[in-house]
Amino acid sequence: MMIPNFLQHPLGRLDLDALPFWKMLQQPTHANVINGIIATGAASMVVVGTVVTFAIITRYRWWRRLWSEWLTSPDHKKIGIMYVVLAFVMLSRALIEAALMRAQQAFGLGGGFLSPDHFAQLFSTHGTIMIFFMAMPFLTGIINYVMPLQIGARDVSFPVLNSISLGLTAAGAALVMISLCLGTFSTGGWFGYPPYTEATFSPGVGPDYWIWALTLASLGSTFTGINFAVTIYKERAPGMTFMRMPLFTWTALCTSILMIFAMPPLTVATAQLALDRYLGFHYFTNALGGNMMNFANLFWLFGHPEVYILILPAFGVYSEVISTFSGKVLFGYRSLVMATMAITILSFTVWVHHFFTMGQDANINAIFGIASMLIGIPTGVKIYDWMWTMFRGRVRFTVPMIYSIGFMLLFVLGGMSGILLADPGIDYQVHNSVFLVAHFHNMAVPGVLFGMISAYHFWFPKAFGFRLNERWGKVAAWCWIVGFMLAFFPLYALGLMGMPRRTVAYTEASYVPLEGLAFLGAILVVIALSCLIVQLWISIRDRATTRVFAGDPWDGHSLEWSISSPPPEYNFAIVPRVTDRDAFTLSKENGSAYKRPDADAYADIELPKNSAMGPLLGAMGFALAFGLVWHIWWMVLLAALAVLVTMIARGFARDTWRIVPAERVRQDLDRWLATVTATTAVSRAGEISVANRGLAARSDVGAAT
Amino acid sequence: MDLGQPCGDRAPGIRRMTGMFCMFDKEARKLLLGATLAVFPLLLCGCSHDPHLSFLDPQGPVAEIQRRHFLEMLAVLSIFVALPIFVLIPWFAWRYRYGARSSRYTPKWKYFGPLEIAAWSGPFVIVTFLGVLVWHSSHALDPYKPLVSTQTALRIQVIGYDWKWLFIYPDQGVASVGMLALPAGRPVAMQLTSATVMQSLQIPSLGSQIYAMGGMVTRLNLQADEPGEFMGENTMYNGEGFHQQQFRAIAMTPDDFNAWVSKARSSRHCLDKAALRALSRRTTRGELIHALGSGKHREESISFSGASARLFPAVVRATMTGTAVDPQAPVHATAPRTPPKTETLLGKREP
Repeated sequence: MMIPNFLQHPLGRLDLDALPFWKMLQQPTHANVINGIIATGAASMVVVGTVVTFAIITRYRWWRRLWSEWLTSPDHKKIGIMYVVLAFVMLSRALIEAALMRAQQAFGLGGGFLSPDHFAQLFSTHGTIMIFFMAMPFLTGIINYVMPLQIGARDVSFPVLNSISLGLTAAGAALVMISLCLGTFSTGGWFGYPPYTEATFSPGVGPDYWIWALTLASLGSTFTGINFAVTIYKERAPGMTFMRMPLFTWTALCTSILMIFAMPPLTVATAQLALDRYLGFHYFTNALGGNMMNFANLFWLFGHPEVYILILPAFGVYSEVISTFSGKVLFGYRSLVMATMAITILSFTVWVHHFFTMGQDANINAIFGIASMLIGIPTGVKIYDWMWTMFRGRVRFTVPMIYSIGFMLLFVLGGMSGILLADPGIDYQVHNSVFLVAHFHNMAVPGVLFGMISAYHFWFPKAFGFRLNERWGKVAAWCWIVGFMLAFFPLYALGLMGMPRRTVAYTEASYVPLEGLAFLGAILVVIALSCLIVQLWISIRDRATTRVFAGDPWDGHSLEWSISSPPPEYNFAIVPRVTDRDAFTLSKENGSAYKRPDADAYADIELPKNSAMGPLLGAMGFALAFGLVWHIWWMVLLAALAVLVTMIARGFARDTWRIVPAERVRQDLDRWLATVTATTAVSRAGEISVANRGLAARSDVGAAT
Repeated sequence: MDLGQPCGDRAPGIRRMTGMFCMFDKEARKLLLGATLAVFPLLLCGCSHDPHLSFLDPQGPVAEIQRRHFLEMLAVLSIFVALPIFVLIPWFAWRYRYGARSSRYTPKWKYFGPLEIAAWSGPFVIVTFLGVLVWHSSHALDPYKPLVSTQTALRIQVIGYDWKWLFIYPDQGVASVGMLALPAGRPVAMQLTSATVMQSLQIPSLGSQIYAMGGMVTRLNLQADEPGEFMGENTMYNGEGFHQQQFRAIAMTPDDFNAWVSKARSSRHCLDKAALRALSRRTTRGELIHALGSGKHREESISFSGASARLFPAVVRATMTGTAVDPQAPVHATAPRTPPKTETLLGKREP
């Protein structure tokens, strides 16, 4: 049956109907034309964006550099940066979609301009992207960059696997992007509940795009989790015991543990759904013994730990930022570690609260409701410990700190609505309403996204050697905060007024003013993202005045600040010895920072060689998934074979290390130390001025005005 | 037929207190009332002609408890969780700002036992207290729990189709789409299933929602106190017509309800095979009514005569086996008269 298929349909189900403007040309009704234009516009943005990027790379002959210095690099720092770039690209798309949805609902009284199907694709891609291709790459990128530096390591434990994880995640993202140009995406939301996503009810390619994009991303995240956990267990510098690790590293460890245990249920659930759709199985169908409730259980067994995978690294960032910009040691370190571990464990015990309304017994609902509220205890502890960290400090309102304070206040409100939703009696009312939408955006935007943007500002000078523009950063921060409040607080009220989520239009005139307000908020949030882009542009333009090669622009506490900005590829010339928490603060105080090591302390450094495994497996994974989506079976077979051959071939690669000679290490360090000596130390009063060249003045107690 | 009362008459007072919710003294109750009133202008603008939308404007005992419980939870959380944070964080941020000369600076201060104990025990006490409330409310608001009443509950069987709800009154032999007729003051015991994908039925101003799933039966107990009109909806996205899967729940006096039933019994639309075929198509309510050839006046709803009590179990079975519905087929000898048990997380549950 497959052979004639090959011959008759070499492109599977891919035909002209897959083009976003085809329907509009064939049946030019009013609705088709509007939706066709919007879809074609979006597709052209993808095409034009890709073409322009390729043209620029070709024009400046960057292909070789891009390949040898970035795409094939096993350096955790470069992989981290590429993850964050991916996150920003996907954030831009998903944010435009969000604004489009808010516009539709603002004019949604009795109709609006988008077709229901188009709107459903928007909310499905928005959710899928924001979770799997914005938040996950963002936090993976930040952990990738920062965590090995914080524990004094030269790289992660499995550098090539790290590159493969990135390749798989990027392949998933590319699949979501190409769904704009060819065919349609799923309309089943980011959690794609069957039986709606089964072949009976959604016969098109949409759910297949969703399934394979998630499969690629979840495999990538599982590998990342293993990689990070092993790195933290095995690669810590001598003397860095667990209780001396910076808090961000602790949260990275807990997130990695969650990734290892939470991603497999998702991979299994989507694989089962794929079996249903492709081979006529009945895991989740209505008929013949299928049970869609099993999907809900499996999905949320992943889905709930997932929200802590997202939030824990952000908690880590806030811990570092609040302590650094309060000029104080973190208060209650041990409590914060215990709270993080408690959240990690509790996150596996609450998944039923995503479907209290599925008809369970009141006892079960009550138990899961109370278990969900228990998470409020360690989270409350964290907020209090951050607050006591600010107490009797010297708080500097830099951009990361503005995000952190905004986070603490807004997150408390999100936590409150979370407790209300964790109460089955109330959940029976507000479940599936926009109240729920407001709640999880209240956790995801001020919680996760603010944390990640805060981290971006905090560690940007470490990664690139110059600071980001402070003024544009502040404008962006305020736009994010106010825009978020305008966009989502009205949704709380709308939810209490009975408005369901995912509705393209409504008939209640009383929803209109609040929807209008939310639309204004969405515009403000788009402006906020634009400000971040302008900020990046201006910061690059003015980089000569903000260079911080000396490496310590914020008077930092942990090891990443003890080396140059940007750091050398091997991170540490000599692996540091750690004697207590806040290792760099300690060495600044006892005068051992910036000391020239003895001449015989240098040694050759072994680093992993570049490997094409990441981009190759990413490309093959993409081809495999694309073939599966469109039933192009020859492509599936070829890609699967290529994956196998590549992995086996890699097994024969023996020459995978290269040596950085001790002499070069010494020269690099000398150059950096010479810069440090020539740099004028700056007090915290001059932190955001041009005087800040990355060397912090000692005995600075903030007395200066 | 507008039986709704102007909203102004419906003071948001507390009509009935059940024992376990009397946790607040008069002061706190006043506060709750204040909070309700603050929210109300927002919710009630222009609703004197529209159906009741929200559980904050409760029209039945379930929504009434939900509103009170919601407000008491909100009050506890606002006072004990949000208030301290909203006071202390801005205060600390300003008091200990860089450049403030008068405030103390203790850069090495990292542990103070009593504060740590407070940080853990504060949230613990709050969550314990809320946990007790939640335990009680979960049971009080269990949608499966029959409502206490002197009257016997009216049975209604609900089938979710794409994109309309079919309400069957098995004891009256009638059915309707687009309108749920209820006798005011009498409890309603619903059984729900879906002939298609997962859906969720909710009438917010009356109370809880519950999922309707193919091959399974869930239950929902509601009651309207007074005659009125209430917005009803599906809250679970199920395709293009999702946003049109709304209906009006209309509570009537017993006499009006009986009149409605007799009118429906004489409806020229019979719930036969042809009607079921039309229902099973993926159409909105409007398209269905048009297809059935009803109404010169673009009616919002349609009622059916000849609704058999066998239809609901037949739909459950047919969805489970993946076959077409045959409402005339005899109920299988071993099958219970009531539909199959609902599967739950921890096994089977008696209906």
